[in-house]
Amino acid sequence: MKRVLVACGNGIATSTVVASKIRDYAKGKGVEITTTQCKLMEVAGKADYFDLVVTTGQFSGNSTTPVVRALSLLTGIGQEATLESIVDHLR
Amino acid sequence: MSLDLKINDELVFLDLKCERNEEVLGVLSEKLHKLGYVKDGYREAVLEREKIYPTGLPSMGHKIAIPHADYNLVNETTIAIGVLDEPVTFQSMENVDQPLDIKIVIMLAISEPHGQIEMLQKIVSIIQDESLTEKIATSKTKAEVMNVLEKVL
Repeated sequence: MKRVLVACGNGIATSTVVASKIRDYAKGKGVEITTTQCKLMEVAGKADYFDLVVTTGQFSGNSTTPVVRALSLLTGIGQEATLESIVDHLR
Repeated sequence: MSLDLKINDELVFLDLKCERNEEVLGVLSEKLHKLGYVKDGYREAVLEREKIYPTGLPSMGHKIAIPHADYNLVNETTIAIGVLDEPVTFQSMENVDQPLDIKIVIMLAISEPHGQIEMLQKIVSIIQDESLTEKIATSKTKAEVMNVLEKVL
């Protein structure tokens, strides 16, 4: 079971939508994942415990865990490519 | 499917004439406060958050911003909508150095962490639908905006 950290400014609004979309997409591809939400400022301290970090905002810190930017899941522009990229990291 | 979210038409603003995003953020958050949906300090929190984590979205069609603040400053979940007469500048959520001309502001007052997922998903579906944002942007009356929202939400 791969673990995804989903971060946005407050960890309450856009990360909720993004986490849900990622879970649904991964499930559809037969990839089992769990998601955890947090604030962007918490990413640096938590990223090591996850397989992938997905952000809707600007994350400027360092992370050894791969980071995927997922604003497209809100705007819809390039959404499918972003979802594919996320699931590719989690296979 | 409809949600038990009641949108108060007092929270819909058309033809807002603002020069800076702080003005529209002020108008929407003050009305939310006056109607009791949010607590003291919400306005300041939204303004502060917008500076650090901007909420402009580079969507297709009319660009939308979704300002919000911490759930513990909210009494009851709702949204407030402002349509700008002329777009104002918000920074992009993904890049604080990228200005966007924002036409529609949907302020989210969310009272619980990780909650209101259906409401948020539906708001995102509006953002992604150019025909709906066009309808909101060109609405002449609050009733027209409410009509679009009620169909989706």
